[in-house]
Amino acid sequence: MLWNTLLLALREIRRNLMRSFLTILGIVIGVSAVITMVTLGNGATQMVSDQISSLGSNLLMMRPGKRLGPGRDSAGAPNFKIADADAIRVQINGVDAVAPTVGESVTVVFGAKNWSTSINGSTNDYFQTGNWKIGAGRVFSDTEERAGKSVCVIGETVRQKLFGNQNPLGNAIRIKQFSCEIIGLLASKGQGAMGMDQDDTVIMPLRTVQRRLTGNQDVSTLLISVKTGVSSAKVIEQINLLMRERRKISDKEEDDFNVLDTKEIAETLSGTIRVMTELLGAVAAVSLLVGGIGIMNIMLVSVTERTREIGIRLAIGALEREVLLQFLIEAVALSAFGGLVGIALATVASVGLAQLMQVPFLFNPGINLLSFLFSAVIGVVFGYFPAQRAARLDPIEALRHE
Amino acid sequence: MNSDNTSATPAAPLIVLSSINKTYGQGQAAFHALRGINLAIDEGEFVAIMGPSGSGKSTAMNILGCLDTPSSGAYLFRNVHVEQLSRKQRALLRRHYLGFVFQGFNLLARTSAQENVELPLLYRGESAPARHTAARAALASVGLNGWEHHTPAELSGGQQQRVAIARAIVTQPTILLADEPTGNLDSKASHEIMELLTALNRDQGITILMVTHEPEMAQYARRIVHLVDGLVDSDIRNGGNS
Repeated sequence: MLWNTLLLALREIRRNLMRSFLTILGIVIGVSAVITMVTLGNGATQMVSDQISSLGSNLLMMRPGKRLGPGRDSAGAPNFKIADADAIRVQINGVDAVAPTVGESVTVVFGAKNWSTSINGSTNDYFQTGNWKIGAGRVFSDTEERAGKSVCVIGETVRQKLFGNQNPLGNAIRIKQFSCEIIGLLASKGQGAMGMDQDDTVIMPLRTVQRRLTGNQDVSTLLISVKTGVSSAKVIEQINLLMRERRKISDKEEDDFNVLDTKEIAETLSGTIRVMTELLGAVAAVSLLVGGIGIMNIMLVSVTERTREIGIRLAIGALEREVLLQFLIEAVALSAFGGLVGIALATVASVGLAQLMQVPFLFNPGINLLSFLFSAVIGVVFGYFPAQRAARLDPIEALRHE
Repeated sequence: MNSDNTSATPAAPLIVLSSINKTYGQGQAAFHALRGINLAIDEGEFVAIMGPSGSGKSTAMNILGCLDTPSSGAYLFRNVHVEQLSRKQRALLRRHYLGFVFQGFNLLARTSAQENVELPLLYRGESAPARHTAARAALASVGLNGWEHHTPAELSGGQQQRVAIARAIVTQPTILLADEPTGNLDSKASHEIMELLTALNRDQGITILMVTHEPEMAQYARRIVHLVDGLVDSDIRNGGNS
């Protein structure tokens, strides 16, 4: 009985291919919009958290000045010293590595080529906190660090710009008025968070940069890597206490330094993207609803147009329930088919757009299944009223209908 | 419908209408289409119902076909009070005992003759092979061998009416109700259809009730009932000229 009704409904859809296609167009667009939005949103979230975790694992960044926000004032806040880094390393539990860092923008020259990049002066801890791998060569030796020797490790972008196919190891690049021997090459990290090229960097021992470039003993940033399994919030709390003491900040005064937790940034950014995804998905879901109304519209037209046919069926002995079921199944079959086409379209669109937007394509079975079920439910909801209208027709009136 | 009713009194007429009234509208505007019709029809009869327009013959046909219910009076079909049946029960009665032929053929458009004829069997829940065989046989019995896959648009009026008759008889109904079956046909096709109906009545014993306004077609019937102003005016037994 149900099978026969399904057969009838499918025959009816096949008989009106063009109209059926136009009917499901709304559902197709709605379903594919929802799936595409959510898939791309998930891809973007994934990308952002990947990029931020590439900055370093459990990385804390301490800078002088108040935290971002109104009344921010970093002018009066003194920079850190190397001793601060040592104090944190020794006195705080749960800290893996502390890299005191000072940065400077310079132009580096090799032969006839020059390239504008940023130099980071730091210790070997820098490689650990920043999750850097050495692609070739070596890191700094103790002597080089202590004596502030003129050696450096360069990033992939700098290597490409200055050396092309040449091997940079052992060569010397010129920075301002001194030259610097390349002892190591960083493995590439690729595009960083927010379009930043992390590979565009040169790392030197901290003392070298202080002596030759900045000319003072200041450290602008402390990169702190927290041991895995240790709560970064607790470590931040201890660091705050220690630094307040070291910088002699009284109880009434606010901190004149701030600690950023990259994990927190990642979570905030991912959260923002997730909200955006949900919002776009909701907008797309509205179009799905509009598609459902389109189905109801067409089904109502179809009932009017097929009044005589319904009359014939009723006269022949079709029960009200059977006519209702036929029209309902027609609506559900249409919308479910629309859902399937929408899923196919969404897959193609998401793969294409993901490539275009350079976000990873993550197939999400949940949203696909949900959209399909939702489109079928839309068929039931918006198909019921027209179907009921068809079933309640008076056969005599219906047969007289032209 | 249960078997007790069908077998209890074999001598009883198939259909009994007693003081059937049908009124449309209410009060001053009320229109009395039928004003107390009494009629008994036996199994195997071929009855033509005639009358001028407005005489109530269509209304009578709708009531006889269980599509409509009388305002008052009793309609007994094999001793079952049809006027007391629900909409669903009447639909089941139509499904199992009645076959319809209309003036305008009323075939499903863009649907082959075969599928049109199979339609009532589909609602009876017959299997696909059974439907197929029965529909072919019905089409053959109305002389449409080889036309199974043509749609109504590809058939002449006479052929369409034959498909409609095949659809009506494919369920082997007790009664065939024909509402102006020749109304849309030319004279030659009309006579062919009437001969087909006569043959079905004679050879398969199907009771036929036909509404017509053409005396020439009514002559095929063995009994002619005239309605005037919602009442039976005359009820004549006819030899039939087939």
